[in-house]
Amino acid sequence: MQRIGVFVCWCGSNIAGTVDVQAVSDALAHEPGVVFSTNYQYMCSQAGQNMIKDAVAEHKLTGIVVCSCSPRMHEATFRKTAAAAGINPYMVEIANIREQCSWVHKDMQTGTEKAIILGKAAVAKVNLNTPLTPGESPVTKRALVIGGGIAGIQTALDIADAGFPVDIVEKKPTIGGKMAQLDKTFPTLDCAACILTPKMVDVAQNDKIRIFSYSEVTDVKGFVGNFDVTIKKHARYVKEDICTGCGACTEKCPMKKVPNEFNLGMDNRSAIYIPFAQAVPKVATIDPNYCNMLKNGKCGVCSKVCAAGAIDYTQKDEFIEEKYGAIVVATGFNPISMDKFDEFAYNQSKDVITSLEFERLTNAAGPTAGKLLRPSDLKHPHTIVFVQCVGSRCDACAEKGKEYCSKICCMYTAKHAMLTRDKYPDTEVYVFYIDVRTPGKNFDEFYRRAVEEYGVHYIKGMVGKVTPEGDKLKVQASDLLANKQLHIDADLVVLAAAIEPDKSARPLATMLTASMDTNDFFTEAHPKLRPVESPTAGVFLSGACQGPKDIPETVSQAGAAASKVIGLLAKDKLTGNPCVASSNELMCNGCSTCERVCPYGAITYENKEFRMPDRTTAIRRIAVVNPAVCQGCGCCTVACPSGAMDLRGFANSQIIAEVDAICK
Amino acid sequence: MKVSYFPGCTLKTKAKDLDAYARKCAEVLGVTLEEIENWQCCGGVFSTSRDEVATKLSSVRALKAANDKEQPLVTVCSACHNVIKQTNHQMQTDAEFADKVNRYMAPEAPYGGETVVYHYLEMLRDLVGFDKIKEKVVNPQTGKKIAAYYGCLLLRPNKVMQMDDPENPRIIEDFIRAIGAEPVIYASRNECCGGYVAMESPELAKKKSNAVTSNAAAAGAEMMVTACPLCRYNLVKNGSEIPVVYFTELLADALGVKEDTNA
Repeated sequence: MQRIGVFVCWCGSNIAGTVDVQAVSDALAHEPGVVFSTNYQYMCSQAGQNMIKDAVAEHKLTGIVVCSCSPRMHEATFRKTAAAAGINPYMVEIANIREQCSWVHKDMQTGTEKAIILGKAAVAKVNLNTPLTPGESPVTKRALVIGGGIAGIQTALDIADAGFPVDIVEKKPTIGGKMAQLDKTFPTLDCAACILTPKMVDVAQNDKIRIFSYSEVTDVKGFVGNFDVTIKKHARYVKEDICTGCGACTEKCPMKKVPNEFNLGMDNRSAIYIPFAQAVPKVATIDPNYCNMLKNGKCGVCSKVCAAGAIDYTQKDEFIEEKYGAIVVATGFNPISMDKFDEFAYNQSKDVITSLEFERLTNAAGPTAGKLLRPSDLKHPHTIVFVQCVGSRCDACAEKGKEYCSKICCMYTAKHAMLTRDKYPDTEVYVFYIDVRTPGKNFDEFYRRAVEEYGVHYIKGMVGKVTPEGDKLKVQASDLLANKQLHIDADLVVLAAAIEPDKSARPLATMLTASMDTNDFFTEAHPKLRPVESPTAGVFLSGACQGPKDIPETVSQAGAAASKVIGLLAKDKLTGNPCVASSNELMCNGCSTCERVCPYGAITYENKEFRMPDRTTAIRRIAVVNPAVCQGCGCCTVACPSGAMDLRGFANSQIIAEVDAICK
Repeated sequence: MKVSYFPGCTLKTKAKDLDAYARKCAEVLGVTLEEIENWQCCGGVFSTSRDEVATKLSSVRALKAANDKEQPLVTVCSACHNVIKQTNHQMQTDAEFADKVNRYMAPEAPYGGETVVYHYLEMLRDLVGFDKIKEKVVNPQTGKKIAAYYGCLLLRPNKVMQMDDPENPRIIEDFIRAIGAEPVIYASRNECCGGYVAMESPELAKKKSNAVTSNAAAAGAEMMVTACPLCRYNLVKNGSEIPVVYFTELLADALGVKEDTNA
């Protein structure tokens, strides 16, 4: 029989305001096994914890029930208290009489009744609790960063700086991500390449960092501290270690009509290519969809001109298996497709472009060498209309746009408008907006400069229609403040397309068993207090894969994710969760049901010899749970047809006892 | 397949061919259009005032007549379709309005918006199927560059009409493909033709109308198709540079029954 102490917390007036705490501690004093029951204003305070420790010593307690807030809040606190008092921490149960009781009830009587019932259930459970000891597992001191944009780059650099090896897996032939495509960066207008490419070089030169470019993660097994990851390295048909990046092949390649994705298809590249001058690794890649040699065996020019002899048409995809202690997701974002926003005539006119395309048009390394020329006829545009929130904040059109604010568009549109007016004072620039949202250090000042110093016409209202007519784009819009319809003959229309998570994020989340929201952004473990951790242990979030973010915010988060990874890798051993499943081998009949429902692959089978009552030996197939992999979800305990599978700390008998106590 | 059919006033007067081709094509496609007996004008415009009942009664009668025969109700004219569909929606969602209507009409069983309303185009898409139409085409309109003109009434308000995306529709384009021609996408295909202000401000109507037709022509269209008699009247009257025809006429041509239709 247990000797249980009950401690009812007032939580100031949070609980005591709606629950008669004295009545609760009095009622629970008479429950089976309870030898001591009290209440106190703040049980989590030092004084409250001492009260528990004293009671353990005085009443020789073997179990503790704390009626307080959610176990997510203070279970760890009270377990530590118990351990300090000499009781196994898993002999503590929390009855949540705050979130699940006082906060949701207004009436003192019903609140008190419910609190007593919840307390009784906890007491019933503690009566069946057994001391549990967590296991330990080693930590592989290597981190994996998935995605090589500014988020992944910063995270990798920070982890490497602490002395831990890091691998970056990037699906494109080069790291750099979206930031490499940008021209200037707000609010200081420094050139993106000038601040990004040194970081890319740092990555390349850091001996703690390996880059797997043109690669993707295809399989993840294991658990925090011990991930087994398979990386698929796509064949680039060029030997990476031999190629010098001289570019002779790209010049001589006869197939020059391949849409250049780095310039968003606004110009062409060759079939063998280096995405941009500062690419890291600076190695050529052959695009198998366009290469004549790979398609029909005729050509081979690049192989002939390559002085280093790096071309290898027979290269195959390679699979690399590596162990990691921590995984950082930095898969980033993309602008949404404009196909469903035909009212802006994106597919009808080359002169309707997205903001990212505008970045390339103004970039010195872009298709127009930095001159602002409109794509259709390469003429200088005089009237430019920017449309914000295209597909963002779009609750009426959720099937084509996004309900959320994409956050970065107000600032980059202000940047585009300002830079256009600065470089080309002969232009008229209009910006149509729903709201201008520019909070952030020096952000609002930046936007106001666009309006006040650069004379950009900011108009509150949306564009309803863009009609290409001759060489003009007829823009019809509403000016909500003047209550007027506007008609503008524009030369160029720039759409601030909403951003969405990269398409690779969802399959990756499935591999990692990391959760996502309905928009496919990764969910953080706590929106305020654990913003860079995924709820899945050992998986961390960096950059726009978690939500729309600008560069300063991405870099901060990347550093935060790195510090969490460093904290994890600095440990030699991880303490596991003892509340894991285990199978009673005498009841298990080896049916495989539990293995099929286990989301973590924690269950295997083995053949074991049993001595039978008639003294013969039988070999039976039984389930074995790997406690290091098991997350204690309980799926197997429900699925097991013979009742062999049970969860430590949440045994079927304990749950039934709780239900009985509630229903009594 | 038998369906109830509501032609509407214009199809008996100004737009007789829209009606005649619709009937003939339905026959070829195996659909029997059963014209509702003693139907009355749909009311012309759907009143958004909530206490307006009288002008909506004729629509409810047509809906109820189809419901009594347990048939879907098919319309052709964009305006009729808009009024009838919106009235039906109000019968489904506005209990007070439905109650008033039912008290006034005193039918044997009260009507609550049960009838499914199809525009003829939706009937082609959802009940017949564009692939089926493709099979029945004997005179494919190959090489014709045709601009679909939706106008304002066919697709909006989207929450009620539920026909297609009002900003990026494709139902008429798919129809054009089904009969072997090539659709021309242009910006003004879902703009208003100005028909509603034709009496009050003919100049504005002309301007709107010409904006639509010149946009279609500039995009390379040699012909426009529409489902709306008012749009067609307005576009043609204001001097469209390319022919504007009803989609049913084109369908009849493709199905090889244009000549023997007595329009």
